[in-house]
Amino acid sequence: MMKLSEAGIGDHLRVVEVSGNGRVSKRLTEMGLVPGVAVLVIRAAPFGDPFQIRLRGYDLALRRSEAAGVIVDAEGGNEA
Amino acid sequence: MNDGKATSAFDRTVALAGNPNAGKTTLFNALTGLNQKVANYPGVTVERKTGVWRAGEEKALVIDLPGLYSLDASSIDEAIARDVLTGERPDVPKPDVVIAVVDATNLERNLYLVTQLLEGPLPVVIALTMIDVFEKEQHELDVERLSALLGVSVIPVNSRKGRGITELADAARAAAQAGPRNVNKKEIEEGTNPVFARYSRISEIVQQTVRHNDRAAHRLSGKIDSILTHRFLGLAVLVAILLLMFQAIFSWAAVPMDLLDSGFGALSGAVRDQLPEGILTDLLVDGVIAGVGAILVFLPQIVLLFIFISLLEDTGYMARAAFLLDKLMSRVGLHGKAFLPLISSFACAIPGIMATRTIEDRRDRFATIMIAPFMSCSARLPVYTLMIAAFFSGQTVFGFLSLGAVIMLGMYGLGILVAIAAAFLLKRTLLKAPPPPFIMEMPSYRLPSLRTVFQNVLERAGLFVKRAGTVILAISIVLWALTYFPRTETTDLSAGPAIAEVEAESVQLQNSYAGMLGRTIEPVIQPLGFDWKIGVALIASFAAREVLVSTLSIIYNVGKEADAESETLVAAIRNAKRDDGSPVWTPLTAVTLMVFFVLAMQCMSTVAVVRRETNSWRWTLFMVGYMTALAYFAAFVTYQGGRMLGFG
Repeated sequence: MMKLSEAGIGDHLRVVEVSGNGRVSKRLTEMGLVPGVAVLVIRAAPFGDPFQIRLRGYDLALRRSEAAGVIVDAEGGNEA
Repeated sequence: MNDGKATSAFDRTVALAGNPNAGKTTLFNALTGLNQKVANYPGVTVERKTGVWRAGEEKALVIDLPGLYSLDASSIDEAIARDVLTGERPDVPKPDVVIAVVDATNLERNLYLVTQLLEGPLPVVIALTMIDVFEKEQHELDVERLSALLGVSVIPVNSRKGRGITELADAARAAAQAGPRNVNKKEIEEGTNPVFARYSRISEIVQQTVRHNDRAAHRLSGKIDSILTHRFLGLAVLVAILLLMFQAIFSWAAVPMDLLDSGFGALSGAVRDQLPEGILTDLLVDGVIAGVGAILVFLPQIVLLFIFISLLEDTGYMARAAFLLDKLMSRVGLHGKAFLPLISSFACAIPGIMATRTIEDRRDRFATIMIAPFMSCSARLPVYTLMIAAFFSGQTVFGFLSLGAVIMLGMYGLGILVAIAAAFLLKRTLLKAPPPPFIMEMPSYRLPSLRTVFQNVLERAGLFVKRAGTVILAISIVLWALTYFPRTETTDLSAGPAIAEVEAESVQLQNSYAGMLGRTIEPVIQPLGFDWKIGVALIASFAAREVLVSTLSIIYNVGKEADAESETLVAAIRNAKRDDGSPVWTPLTAVTLMVFFVLAMQCMSTVAVVRRETNSWRWTLFMVGYMTALAYFAAFVTYQGGRMLGFG
């Protein structure tokens, strides 16, 4: 288990927990980043931040600081 | 649209709701054509778009809600959408039915808003967009099953080709006539996170209705992104796009601008020929036509910028530019989305300020608006050009760099530095806020809809022209009156007729109220090295910066037709003497004047737009005040510092 902010490019992950109850975690969950969802890390912006992930068939960009509250696990054998 | 009489003209009221990028605007345009009204919701800067949808014999009022991901009221957009849907906004009638626009290629996330809508009592109909793209990507969607599971009609539409619109009208009518739905509140158990619950329901629905042959959706977008958001290539493409934009604005726009300019000149001539001499004719020609003309000449540039901005928004590139530059922008406390509005402001602050609407957080948006006019716009170019032509032409630095080019670059650089510093300070004081979340969808690339771009440009350019016809017209007349009254009798001038006319103009201006004002403010501007004649030009240029050139031409007796490169004007500036015989202008004065023009808020169109976009006179006046104070201070430091160092 690790934070989404620490994930590397190309990682296939599954969300375990979205912690915090501020504006950021609310928005992240509304955008579909809820426990159980599969996430692929695509790339980082030129200056290292923000970074781009793919979930539920669409692409989302977020800053590493915003991803720090999202706990992920390496994707197991489940279909994405 | 706030009284019963207006609403009763319609058979029903329809609200359009949907995620940003779901195709809502395109559908709205397809439904309403040019029957649209755009205003702001009072007190806030959220656009209120309404339109008339004629389907057969029926007429529906369509309310286009702001693009939303959720109805939880965590932003102003969401709060307003929620209020409209519950009928709590007095300025729009309560909708009879909601059309939820759902992008088939992004079904799961789009359905989130739908699940929220279904928790309310309003009848819902789903307009399913992008189904053709979805099927082309080898996915299958069971529309009937989706409709059955959600309990509402699902109508596939293609807004561009007009497909599905009739069916949508039928479904909306049926749903509206069926009336409010029974809301089963028990669907979401207490104690569970409602967001998680909605998404787990969505997952079930999607599992039963969608068959993906390849889960790697948006494959084409992914390929484009691997170039456009690439660490190095992405930045290179961004620079190329900006270069193209500026090439268009500064060289291609010159043709229609010259045409407009000579058009207004011809119009002035014609009016003068047709009407008898007198105050009314002077007012029409020198006040109205010249004043409004000076602003409308910038219309081609502004329209071109609007076209570029709309294209970048509509293709999905805007999100990429924000992604590429967010790190840079966030260092000064701004959002990545502030970048393009600021860059646009190098051509003209008006489109730039209007483009800040994509920035969701109010404080970020205001900080961006407050610094946008520091970007050297095209109206400052004539001023820089004149000053450089008069004092720095033909000189070089290090033997090969043109001094003029270096100074020009310096002025642009000064504006950028001050903007950065101002943003930094504003975000830590008046607009103090933690850095706004970046969390942003990277929408799939789309071919731009020409119709959407066209309507967008028409709407924004229309606003600008409306300003020119009202506020700017009024200020032009005031400024004209200041230079026109009191009248000076000039019949005793004995020189030739042509010279006499030019000289009479100059004498008139010197003795006018503007001239008096110039003398009044002379003690204030003396520390900047400016005399009262420059004072008159400064006062006039608060209408629009480039007016400085024509006012100086009048005051120095060379006729108002002179432009920034006119040799006679340049010579007149170089030869202007004070009463003691010393030259008025030195290279230091020229630099000081340029510094003042970089920083001062001298553009009534921008002031009018800022008032509209911030919906606040206080912020507008604050902007005028702090920019002008900063300009005075910087000019003071430049002049006095320069003198201490032995220049001028």
